[in-house]
Amino acid sequence: MARSVVSEIKRDHIHKLLSTGKRVDGRAWDEFRPLSIETNYVESAEGSARVHLGNTDVLVGVKMLIGTPFADTPDKGVLSTNAELIPMASPSFEAGPPDENSIELARVVDRGIRESQMIDLEKLCIEPGKEVWMNFIDIYVLDYDGNLFDACTLGAVSALMTTMVPAKAHEKGEDFKMPLRTVPVSCTAVKIENSLLFDPTLDEEKVADARLTVTTDENGDLRAMQKGLKGAFTIDQIENIIETSQRLGKEIRQSLG
Amino acid sequence: MGGNSNIKLIDDNGIRIDGRKVDELRPIKIEAGVLKNADGSAYVEIGKNKVLAAVYGPRECHPRHMQNPAKAIVQVKYNMISFSVDDRKRPGPDRRSVEISKIISEAMEYVVFTENYPRTSIDVFIEVLQANAGTRCAGLTAASVALADAGIPMKDLVPAIAVGKVNDQVVLDLNKEEDNYGQADVPMAMIPRTGEVVLLQMDGHLTYDEFKYAISLGKKACAEVYEIQKDALRRRYVVESEAEQEQPVSVPDQEA
Repeated sequence: MARSVVSEIKRDHIHKLLSTGKRVDGRAWDEFRPLSIETNYVESAEGSARVHLGNTDVLVGVKMLIGTPFADTPDKGVLSTNAELIPMASPSFEAGPPDENSIELARVVDRGIRESQMIDLEKLCIEPGKEVWMNFIDIYVLDYDGNLFDACTLGAVSALMTTMVPAKAHEKGEDFKMPLRTVPVSCTAVKIENSLLFDPTLDEEKVADARLTVTTDENGDLRAMQKGLKGAFTIDQIENIIETSQRLGKEIRQSLG
Repeated sequence: MGGNSNIKLIDDNGIRIDGRKVDELRPIKIEAGVLKNADGSAYVEIGKNKVLAAVYGPRECHPRHMQNPAKAIVQVKYNMISFSVDDRKRPGPDRRSVEISKIISEAMEYVVFTENYPRTSIDVFIEVLQANAGTRCAGLTAASVALADAGIPMKDLVPAIAVGKVNDQVVLDLNKEEDNYGQADVPMAMIPRTGEVVLLQMDGHLTYDEFKYAISLGKKACAEVYEIQKDALRRRYVVESEAEQEQPVSVPDQEA
């Protein structure tokens, strides 16, 4: 995110270890940090999840309201994703309106959920053209130690999986479970010199040249991708990242239940 | 992605609604040096897209805290003008243009020799005058020609193109209808000399095999766009040097 200064010593250390095929925390190149997800963390939300991915800590909540659909999709519910990089999470985050980092983060998470058609938005239509359910996915980063893309996608997906549509409170019948179709999982890798590393820590992100996020569905098909940072990938590297994301995505999806 | 594949966008002979084959680009026109004030500029038409790019700099970087004591920063601002699309777009940056500006900045920063200009900013302004799908690629294509026109040293020009999926087929360079009703969109930008990818996004639904084919189509198309970029720069500068050459012809006459 905000590319704050990383000390030359740390940079050298990461590079030197990588030249012998090692990472600072001893993980393999394609190994994620320990993941824990606590769902229904906030009772006032329709669905929520607190995700710890190593030392990265994010909280995602889903709120639902009744509103009018977009004119071009009169029979579909509305999905809106927002990310807040609050100052508590990092000395490099500042208060104020969303900057380009939080906008990119929210849009990449949104894209994975939207393009995989995870939510059956047609079932969130109450009266075509008039009333639909609006889903607001709000992401709060509480502690930032790298790989927000995957932590936040996991958080949003987990929160949606536990979301109950609050029909009763809006006098629209009984509450029902959020209609879902697939479980998208994103995997992010960075490139440092010629090494590819999945689930980068903050220090690894700071020295990384390029980043690629790949969101896959249950069939291993590609639903969203985003290349970032000021470096480049070869096509071989891109294919390596996709193939690894398909494999890791399957493992991670199982842990989501 | 609308994802509505009921609408027939490719006929039985593999011809698209605008008459193209599936692996065919829209007509492309590029001109370098089209603005007077900017240090470098370019105009790009890809099909019905009309895009202008202007470069200012390297110049003093504001705000100062953004300065990098070791190199220049590249700040691209992508913008769509309010009447570039069917429904009026509210002027000013929205979330989509902030994201596009960020990824194009990152792509260009990789090719510019930024270490030549410490503490400065190279500002690139992309204005989409008329939009018809693929504007970020047209914008990046224009920005790279404008940077060359500004005389800023770069590793290479950067051509960009989008590949997508329409009616279950992978097709090159989606137009607006194909983008609206298509099943996937993969904008990409590549350094032709090294084959490195500096911009890559994807949304929609592709199998891995379809993606690999899409990338190969995109790579070929980038090579085509690259030639048109180079041709634009040649036309801009060759004409002037030929004009200079005409003068010396008359000089020997006077001396004789």
